[in-house]
Amino acid sequence: MKHVIDVKHLVKQYNNSKERAVDDISFTVNEGEFFSLLGPNGAGKTTTISILTTTLSTTSGEVKIAGYDIDTQSTQIRQNIGVIFQKPSLDQNLTAEENIRLHAVLYGLYPFSPMYSMMPDSYKERVHELAELLDISKDLFKPIKTYSGGMKRKLEIVRSLMHNPKILFLDEPTTGLDPLSRRNLWEYLVDVRKREHTTIFLTTHYLEESENADQIAIINHGKIVMKGTPTEVKAHLVKGYVSIDVKPKDRSAVKAELTKMKVSFVEEEHIRIPVKDGEGARIVQSIKTPLTHLKVHTPSLEDAYLEIVEDTHAERT
Amino acid sequence: MLKELNSIFAIAFRDLTKFLRDRGRIIATFIFPLIFIGVLGGSLESNIGKSVGYNFLTFTFVGVLGQTLFQSTASGIISLIEDRENDFSQEMFVSPISRYSIILGKILGESMVAFMQVLGILVFGLIIGIPITIPQLISLIPVAIVICLFGGAFGIIVMANLNSQRLANQIFPFILFPQFFLAGVFNPIKDLPPYLYIFSRIAPMTYAVDFVRGVFYRGLPEYDKVVLYSPWVDLLVMSGMFVVFITIGTYLFVKNERNK
Repeated sequence: MKHVIDVKHLVKQYNNSKERAVDDISFTVNEGEFFSLLGPNGAGKTTTISILTTTLSTTSGEVKIAGYDIDTQSTQIRQNIGVIFQKPSLDQNLTAEENIRLHAVLYGLYPFSPMYSMMPDSYKERVHELAELLDISKDLFKPIKTYSGGMKRKLEIVRSLMHNPKILFLDEPTTGLDPLSRRNLWEYLVDVRKREHTTIFLTTHYLEESENADQIAIINHGKIVMKGTPTEVKAHLVKGYVSIDVKPKDRSAVKAELTKMKVSFVEEEHIRIPVKDGEGARIVQSIKTPLTHLKVHTPSLEDAYLEIVEDTHAERT
Repeated sequence: MLKELNSIFAIAFRDLTKFLRDRGRIIATFIFPLIFIGVLGGSLESNIGKSVGYNFLTFTFVGVLGQTLFQSTASGIISLIEDRENDFSQEMFVSPISRYSIILGKILGESMVAFMQVLGILVFGLIIGIPITIPQLISLIPVAIVICLFGGAFGIIVMANLNSQRLANQIFPFILFPQFFLAGVFNPIKDLPPYLYIFSRIAPMTYAVDFVRGVFYRGLPEYDKVVLYSPWVDLLVMSGMFVVFITIGTYLFVKNERNK
């Protein structure tokens, strides 16, 4: 598979800062993939996405987007990407159609006319298709400020797809949306992916938004602390354990059994056996001594994520 | 090329449409000139008008025309710093158009906005009885275009040197406000002490205001008392400054645009 995003040893240090906002990160994204850059606020997500979308220079490192070099071929890159910014990028006093028209002209899709009625028929058809898709045909000529937050986001996404970008960048797209709008937006994005097969590069601080990703990279303090598929990240992150106990007289027997099975354990109030994904059941099944207590502990991905984010925080302070 | 031209017009009309839809902003942009013409010009005319030998209300009115054209375009350009992190301007900066087109579109758009404001001030002037003839009005059109371009170039050189909005908001008033007085928008500057004379002749707005007056008062008896230089001299000075501002400003802006 072809890499549509190729980042090697990317470093960004702002002019007025002593620290690196992005500190030597490398990753690749394959064509058609859904990539999620996950991390807490201030981790370097927006800096990274700004560089990848050509609005910020690098300090050092190599970045290729859709095969083009970020330093020398930014125009070609811009033609091939769509960007959803953290802050809404619609003009509040303009109508939905005017916002779409501006975008279409800047991307060279249609010549400019100051009035909708003077635009070519092919444009009008396209706009009506989009409006139907979003169910805003009625409000198409109303100012954006009358739209709901979720609606605006969807309009931005539709607009950013008008020039058929190879990659869609989304910078924390659900910030400020209520849970229902968030879910709606995600359902819509899943739909878009099915239809358009666009590569998606997402930054988010919500773990659950990354669970459908093909690849996750967790960033904290400018460094990528972990990457892989959600299952891999989960397997790596989640340290589960099985807690068992037996009648006091059987304790030494069960300990001998575990040692024979080469299973490490810790003896506390109960016997605690750290396990990797799926291992617990096999171990428990092979213990012949009758058990009086059994508890399987699996931390959620959320717990695990918070743990590594806090870990890297602790290392620094 | 055609694509860039389309983008320039799209960016320009966006500015105009935004202005025309924003009632608050329209009102705000008129209040300032109205206070200066009506209150300041009116009171000065009543008190010292007779001793200076020309109508002070008209003097202030013409000054404010020049100042509005210059300032409105300049501050419109400066707003690009703020805009690039807000609303549609973010889209402009990730779209595949040349950075020069963004600047040109912005100058054109803000010039149209300035024209609208000046149109409002002219109507106000007619209402309060400023004597304006049709030939004067017509001759003001090319003058206004020149001053808008000049103000735009001034905006770009300032913007290129201020890379954060906070800095721009703090410093821009200090760059602009003294120019009101140095340029003699509502105070006569025919005679100035040497140190003020130097500052006055450095201030770009001086030439913009004097240019409007030169054309407006042409052939009128008070011409010599009101106008500093021949309009041709003003035009020459403005052209020189324009070339310097726009070349250095655009170069710095494009160079530093991504470099934060």
